[in-house]
Amino acid sequence: MDRNRLRNQVASMRRSLFDQGYLDDQFIQLEELQDDTNPNFVEEIVTLFYNDSARLIQNIEQALNSSPIDFCKLDDYMHQFKGSSSSIGAKKVTNECTAFREYCNAENAEGSFQQVKQEYAILKRKLEVYLQTVRQASQTA
Amino acid sequence: MNSSSGKSYMSTASSSVLWKAGGDVVADQFPAGLRVLVVDDDPTCLMILEKMLKSCQYNVTKCNRAETALSMLRENRNGFDIVISDVHMPDMDGFKLLEHIGLEMDLPVIMMSADDGKNVVMKGVTHGACDYLIKPVRIEALKNIWQHVVRKRKNEWKDFEQSGSVEEGDRQPKQSEDADYSSSANEGNWKSSKRRKDDEDENDERDDTSTLKKPRVVWSVELHQQFVAAVNQLGIEKAVPKKILELMNVPGLTRENVASHLQKYRLYLRRLSGVSQHPSNLNNSFMNPQDATFGPLDLQALAATGQLPAQSLATLQAAGLGRSTAKSGIPMPLVDQRNIFSFENPKLRFGEAQQHVNNNKQMNLLHGIPTTMEPKQLAGLHHTAQSMGNMNMPVLSHGSQSSQNNPLLMQMAQPQARGQMLNDSTVGLAPRLLSPMGQPMLSNGMATNVSTRNGVPENIRAPSYNPVSQTSSMLNFPMNHTSELPGNSFPLVSTPGISSLAPKVAFREDVNSEIKGSVGFMPSYDIFNDLNQHKPQNWELQNVGMMFNTSQHSNSLQGNLDHTQSVLVQQGFASGQNRNSTVISKAMFSAGDSTGHMNAQNGNQHLNSLLVDNTVRVKSERVADAAPANLYPDHFGQEDLMSALLKQQDVIALAENNDFDFDGYSIDNIPV
Repeated sequence: MDRNRLRNQVASMRRSLFDQGYLDDQFIQLEELQDDTNPNFVEEIVTLFYNDSARLIQNIEQALNSSPIDFCKLDDYMHQFKGSSSSIGAKKVTNECTAFREYCNAENAEGSFQQVKQEYAILKRKLEVYLQTVRQASQTA
Repeated sequence: MNSSSGKSYMSTASSSVLWKAGGDVVADQFPAGLRVLVVDDDPTCLMILEKMLKSCQYNVTKCNRAETALSMLRENRNGFDIVISDVHMPDMDGFKLLEHIGLEMDLPVIMMSADDGKNVVMKGVTHGACDYLIKPVRIEALKNIWQHVVRKRKNEWKDFEQSGSVEEGDRQPKQSEDADYSSSANEGNWKSSKRRKDDEDENDERDDTSTLKKPRVVWSVELHQQFVAAVNQLGIEKAVPKKILELMNVPGLTRENVASHLQKYRLYLRRLSGVSQHPSNLNNSFMNPQDATFGPLDLQALAATGQLPAQSLATLQAAGLGRSTAKSGIPMPLVDQRNIFSFENPKLRFGEAQQHVNNNKQMNLLHGIPTTMEPKQLAGLHHTAQSMGNMNMPVLSHGSQSSQNNPLLMQMAQPQARGQMLNDSTVGLAPRLLSPMGQPMLSNGMATNVSTRNGVPENIRAPSYNPVSQTSSMLNFPMNHTSELPGNSFPLVSTPGISSLAPKVAFREDVNSEIKGSVGFMPSYDIFNDLNQHKPQNWELQNVGMMFNTSQHSNSLQGNLDHTQSVLVQQGFASGQNRNSTVISKAMFSAGDSTGHMNAQNGNQHLNSLLVDNTVRVKSERVADAAPANLYPDHFGQEDLMSALLKQQDVIALAENNDFDFDGYSIDNIPV
């Protein structure tokens, strides 16, 4: 059945997200918060995260492009970004943030932010697909 | 008025919190419906938290700006039970918000951050946060936040209750004990009468509240402004809870409320003035920005006010006593020793105090009485007290006299950030108090004692403010002697209750250190007791007769001192013997328990005479011997001492009018 297939798809996608380290336990916390009163909670949160963090990324890039680089401010942004990404369970993104922050502390920000952005983009894509499938699966019921 | 206001608070409280201290009101529903205010600038986190809290069945209000949160809280004082706030926010630092909340509303605040660095967490502690969560926050962590609400209420209530009950208890035993103290018949009389007086005073307030769950006083902006106006009118040095209360003329407001608020306020001011622990600031910081005259005594006072955790007091004392570095002025023992709580702040404070104190700057309390309190000691005490936590120590903002010591005390009194400021203020107090004693051991002893005394403080919650005045007297110990305060003598009230201990205890320093001032110790500090136990190293608290003027001033003291506060600890009796601080400790505790407690502990010190506070009976052998003689050294007129001491502390206008008006501070808001 379509539904079953979709469900299976959802399950395997989800599993791989975890297995590959894209998501961690915190994501499960979000899933657990989803209930009848908030059937799309996870999706809402992820969307919120991506919208909000887009702004943050912009700020960070701006800070990186300015010269001299205000590392203090940059650290602040990164702190926020890290807090945000960790709250949705974006494991890889969070790790990259941490790594980048260390670079910042050493006042050496070259190139590392790209990695953050990359992980961020990969996860975004994956989550989009995943959540879409979830939605489809719940709709075909 | 208490009853009416209390009741209203009560009802509000009950309605707002589905739970009562006793747990009898909607207990089964609790913690459901707990009203949480969550503040975070990150929308993702905010949403997640909101959802999590809702699933814990809490009543959630979210807010993405600190300013908004603050105005929400101000508009609806009793509208929330607990606040969860992020540390890093664009419009206001989370810690600042924490302070504001502590000062104005006294709600438990939980800090959150993705930052788990030790320094940040420590900052949370020192600013008074009742907990610190690391992001990402899990729902399990939120499920138990209700405990902070319960704990806080419980402590407030308990403090309140205890201050009341203590008095009652004290009275009875006291009467009988009075007879025991042959050395100071007057004292006994004085004490009893004082206690009676205190009891009466307290009873009024207590009755209202003891039957009710202590209503939380909501310090609205208007009320706070009234408070500030009153404080400014009186002058920060002279701002004693009682007077403030009178000026404010707010029905339903108790002296305790004012006292604890004053503590916080002072702490807040101190922070504003940028007192950062550093030596130069020490004095200033200690003494409420304006008053630097708090010397070691202040510490006592602070401690007495119950804000100072017993431990701190002990520590302070130990510190103070331990150090007996002969020095001119009031040596303030470095906190190091005391830092039982190793709080940085306290340390600094002490150090500074040390520097400040000194050289002849004896506590102004004693006019012309050379009190060689080592600033260090004070500092130490201060620190300790400070670190002790957020005890709401009524900041003894006494005019700053030269006494460097004072600063210490003063600072201590400052209302610590509500949260766990305990550390800051209370600790500071304790040390301070001790320091005058110049007994390093205090810290040791105290620390230990303190911890044991958790219960005590609460009892002692005497109108804590007294300590302030007391302290001043106390501090005048010429700390130079190295008498060590038997750490145990001060039973510091370890719990917030301590703050209420009126530092009435006056230490009489033994001659050794030429301490002339009598330090008033907070009655509830068991530290003294402990101190006694320790090797009495000459606490040389001179008998500054003043403090303990028991015989002479006893009358006046008695009358005026609040029961809890008037504990004059007579430390050291003459001749630098190691008088254990038992004297002190004994004196200190006015709280009923302490009385008994102290007696037991101090055994050898007959602080009887010293105790200003009737309730506290400090018995120490030393006192007995020396008592009459030592207590009132020839060179110091008791009156002089008294006045000197008292003067320092505006809080207690002992000297001025032989009217010890110790406003007991009930540490109702001692941050948990």
